[in-house]
Amino acid sequence: MNKVVNNAAAAIHDIQDGEVIMLGGFGLCGIPENCINALVNKGTKDLTCISNNAGVDDFGIGLMLKTRQVKKMISSYVGENAEFERQLLSGELEVDLIPQGTLATRCMAAAYGMPAVWVRAGVGTEVAIGKETRVFDGVEYLLEMAFKAKFAIVKAWKGDTHGNLIFRKTTRNFNMPMAMAGQITIAEVEELVPAGTLDPDHIHVPGIYVHRIFQGDNYEKRIEQRTVRQKK
Amino acid sequence: MLDKVGIAKRIAQEVKDGSYVNLGIGIPTLVANYIPKGLNVTLQSENGMLGMGPFPFEGEEDADLINAGKQTITEVSGTAYFDSALSFGMIRAGKVDLTILGAMEVSENGDIANWKIPGKMVKGMGGAMDLVAAAKNIIVAMQHVNKAGESKLLPECTLPLTGVKCIKKIVTELAVLEVVPGKGFVLLERAPGVTVEEIRKATAGKLVVEGEIPEMIID
Repeated sequence: MNKVVNNAAAAIHDIQDGEVIMLGGFGLCGIPENCINALVNKGTKDLTCISNNAGVDDFGIGLMLKTRQVKKMISSYVGENAEFERQLLSGELEVDLIPQGTLATRCMAAAYGMPAVWVRAGVGTEVAIGKETRVFDGVEYLLEMAFKAKFAIVKAWKGDTHGNLIFRKTTRNFNMPMAMAGQITIAEVEELVPAGTLDPDHIHVPGIYVHRIFQGDNYEKRIEQRTVRQKK
Repeated sequence: MLDKVGIAKRIAQEVKDGSYVNLGIGIPTLVANYIPKGLNVTLQSENGMLGMGPFPFEGEEDADLINAGKQTITEVSGTAYFDSALSFGMIRAGKVDLTILGAMEVSENGDIANWKIPGKMVKGMGGAMDLVAAAKNIIVAMQHVNKAGESKLLPECTLPLTGVKCIKKIVTELAVLEVVPGKGFVLLERAPGVTVEEIRKATAGKLVVEGEIPEMIID
């Protein structure tokens, strides 16, 4: 059950032009830096990216936007990226903006083998247009479909050769639901250890959901909004 | 008239002991600084954290620890981390007691618009639609009028909606108002030095004034 691949290039080698991929992270926190760089190097085009955010101009998914590799973004918040906004307003980029909880829950539905879920978010707004609705206990809900993504690319703190993953602090974010939602899940980790090394009680994503794993390198872990307080 | 800190201080008075609170970006974030000492309040950050602490000291920032505004933050004693699906699960299930967020417009039946200006601004709704659809109590922190001097308290919202009939209370630089569907914006308190007439002029939607309106008490 060895799922280890050599590096990011090997992990993403069969992602074809036009593929639908999920990318974990929240803002720049916990993004799969190595795989994004590998996708930029490979030059894969016309990608549909499901990701909560779109990076910033010169980091994260922003790098793939700059090289025009993204045809469509499915996100909840894209506010920090000027190139993204330019491509969107000029019509070069398709964007599907959906509520953040709905985004996470459509991943969860895929992870749990459910075709769709009923959610309240977006009722009465333009998000509801064209969607099936149903009233439960007097409250209206929208039917939201599970994502069908060929690949999910996530970043974890530690992982083992069986694909078991552990995350650190707020990096669990979309990495965990997406890791469990992809048909083929690729995990890059800061530290890859032999199976049997991690405490089984501490595993966040069981390895059955993970198909390829490698230890990444040169993590920049850029901070988007560095905020500090002064020592008194 | 209140400044941003004044609005945050007034909203902090609404926070109850033992509650779980989600703070939006902007003025709502400031509310954390003015929650009365002695209250046991747990802040939820929708990117996956319960028990959010203050900003770190310089040099102690951790790229793996941010809030929903992508700012570096810290843990408190008893912090718990989780993923985004679980985070919105607890929001959807009504476990978060109070949500405080900003708005571009609020209507007199409690509709809110805060995520899109067609043709101009496309940032996305983030978690706002999920929060307003689920929270038991939602307070809006905002300016009473926009930069062009137009009221943001309207008969009906003109911008794309974030949620319908969900806002309970609004705190602005001029007033505290309760939103009562079918009735309008019920004036509860005036900001220091502000008259009912000034509030009426700044409110495009129906303003309900019943009896003497007290002035806010802010430390």
